[in-house]
Amino acid sequence: MTKSNIKLLVLSFLLLILLRPLQSAEMADPIKVNWSFKGLTGTFDRASLQRGFQVYKEVCASCHSMQYLSYRNLGEPGGPEFSEQEVKAIAASFEIEDGPDSQGEMFTRPGKPSDKFKSPYPNVQAATAANGGAYPPDMSVLVKARKGGANYIYSVLVGYEDPPPGVNLDDGVYYNKYMAGNKIKMPNNLMDGLVEYADGTESTVDQMAKDVTTFLAWAAEPELEERHRTGVKVIIYLILLTILVYLSMKKIWSRIDTEV
Amino acid sequence: MSEHEYVPKSKAGKWFNDRLPLLTLGAHLTDYPTPKNLNYWWTFGGILTFCLITQIVTGIVLAMHYVAHADLAFASVEHIMRDVNYGWLIRYIHSNGASMFFLAVYIHIFRSLFYGSYKSPREVIWIIGLMIYLLMMAAAFMGYVLPWGQMSFWGATVITNLFSAIPLVGDSITTWLWGAYSVDNPTLNRFFSLHYLIPFLILGLVVLHIWALHVPGNNNPVGIDIKKPSKDTVPFHPYITIKDAFALLVFMIIFAGFVFFTPNVLGHSDNYIPANPLVTPAHIVPEWYLLPFYAILRSVPDKLGGVILMFSAIFILFVLPWLDTSKVRSAVFRPIYRQFFWILVIDVLMLGYVGAMPAEGIYLVLARVGTIYYFLHFIVVMPVVGYLEKTDPIPMSISEPVLTGGAEPSIARKVNDKV
Repeated sequence: MTKSNIKLLVLSFLLLILLRPLQSAEMADPIKVNWSFKGLTGTFDRASLQRGFQVYKEVCASCHSMQYLSYRNLGEPGGPEFSEQEVKAIAASFEIEDGPDSQGEMFTRPGKPSDKFKSPYPNVQAATAANGGAYPPDMSVLVKARKGGANYIYSVLVGYEDPPPGVNLDDGVYYNKYMAGNKIKMPNNLMDGLVEYADGTESTVDQMAKDVTTFLAWAAEPELEERHRTGVKVIIYLILLTILVYLSMKKIWSRIDTEV
Repeated sequence: MSEHEYVPKSKAGKWFNDRLPLLTLGAHLTDYPTPKNLNYWWTFGGILTFCLITQIVTGIVLAMHYVAHADLAFASVEHIMRDVNYGWLIRYIHSNGASMFFLAVYIHIFRSLFYGSYKSPREVIWIIGLMIYLLMMAAAFMGYVLPWGQMSFWGATVITNLFSAIPLVGDSITTWLWGAYSVDNPTLNRFFSLHYLIPFLILGLVVLHIWALHVPGNNNPVGIDIKKPSKDTVPFHPYITIKDAFALLVFMIIFAGFVFFTPNVLGHSDNYIPANPLVTPAHIVPEWYLLPFYAILRSVPDKLGGVILMFSAIFILFVLPWLDTSKVRSAVFRPIYRQFFWILVIDVLMLGYVGAMPAEGIYLVLARVGTIYYFLHFIVVMPVVGYLEKTDPIPMSISEPVLTGGAEPSIARKVNDKV
């Protein structure tokens, strides 16, 4: 593997990367936010998660389901970490359909922490029909399901604009510069002061977008904090072990006239 | 093969070994004389064994929690990620493990190409290796279908549809593969069944691969035949085991980096959208390790032609030992072939890159150029360069790396013919 060969390899890759911008780019690149959960030791901002849940509950949840989350998740470590009482109260504020009972009837009861998040619509078809033919996607793993992840979700939330001249939009279609094709069927639901944050934070559009995106990032990767923590330990362990094995190898091979 | 007859020390050991010579096998494996000049490119055999075992162990645990049903598969994967203890870790090891497996296998294959390890007398090792590689691709493809996301569904649709290009019976074969009239629940069920079967077939082939290796012994960076055991060899244990362990640990650090810090970077975000037969993703792309073949497939405007070319791209490797006419194994002593080797590496990387891009404009041109070179390399370059190339002088043994004056290919041939 001579040096010139490696140079050639690097050069051809640079060339390919340079060719990339030739792709048609209809949507703007997402805004880069310095999220607290980024990086090797990133963790979620607890207060932001709690505020984000509030935004989800009061704004998003009327159309978007989060069917893979349970209310108990809200109290688990690494998440919004609501207290046990708070989680019970949150769950109890929803009427959950259960059954059938011994008479074969379905009934409703207050939610329990073990219940999954209640969906706003009974099925995808109902959700689609109620939203002008566009299904509001389930948000459990939305951050992982979009290229650009949290940055993209945040960008779309703050990316509503008046359409540029010459762009005609149908009824129920909105202009968003970060959306593919710049068209989105979700109206701009965030406006300053929309929710009243329990912790007194000013609820600007930007703040709410950041909070709810943080909440969605946690919902998609509830294991993130544990994953980061474990990962750091695992890698430190592996590096130490590698050094020990390397030294052992050198020692063992010192009996042979060949270098390792 | 065995240098000296192994006799167990204990009475019980002797009793057992007379009935099943497992202890003799163990002794053979530890004493196995290995060229002492193997470099780190030779550590990937051990790394690949580790990858296979990791995939099997994590896969068995995942199968305990996964539900192979079109309505439940996606939810069961989320159940693994959220509710199963360390389910996220097991799944991320398994999904990233597939990528690491392919990374290692590609290095292993290119190492063989560079040092001529596929050449006589190791053709059977090479062919078994390619069969393993084919099974790996089948297992990986079917595994990617199991989470039943958008890329799972549409990837399965694209790949199974390839069979419809077969004249006359194509549509019938495709329907038979699906077990339905489109990719549907029966498809998912059989893919799960086969995905569980294939790793064990691979394991069997790995045993044959190693068995076949232990007949002629390892090739080495110099590519000459060596006497075994001799000054040029070391016992497999502890010399090679410790070196493999060191390389494996470095590999595991990279592996862990992916698993813990960017577990989804090698996957496609669309696969976190549940499968929807009514919505086709804008770009259907396979996993990165299949991209070069995907590029070859799409470089042909005709469907049947593309399918034939794509399969030929793999099957041509099976006859490689007979396409290569050079008497010298290692590219270290082949100044011309060495250049072409690196062109092939770049060519395959480029094919992989354009395989991920839309098949249009400059990408289509690059895919076609890359495909043409890929086949030229094996059909024209290898036979012709083998004949015409003036190879560098070759050392007589590993211990005497001094280049013997005027050795040249004639000596190399003599050395090779001694086997």
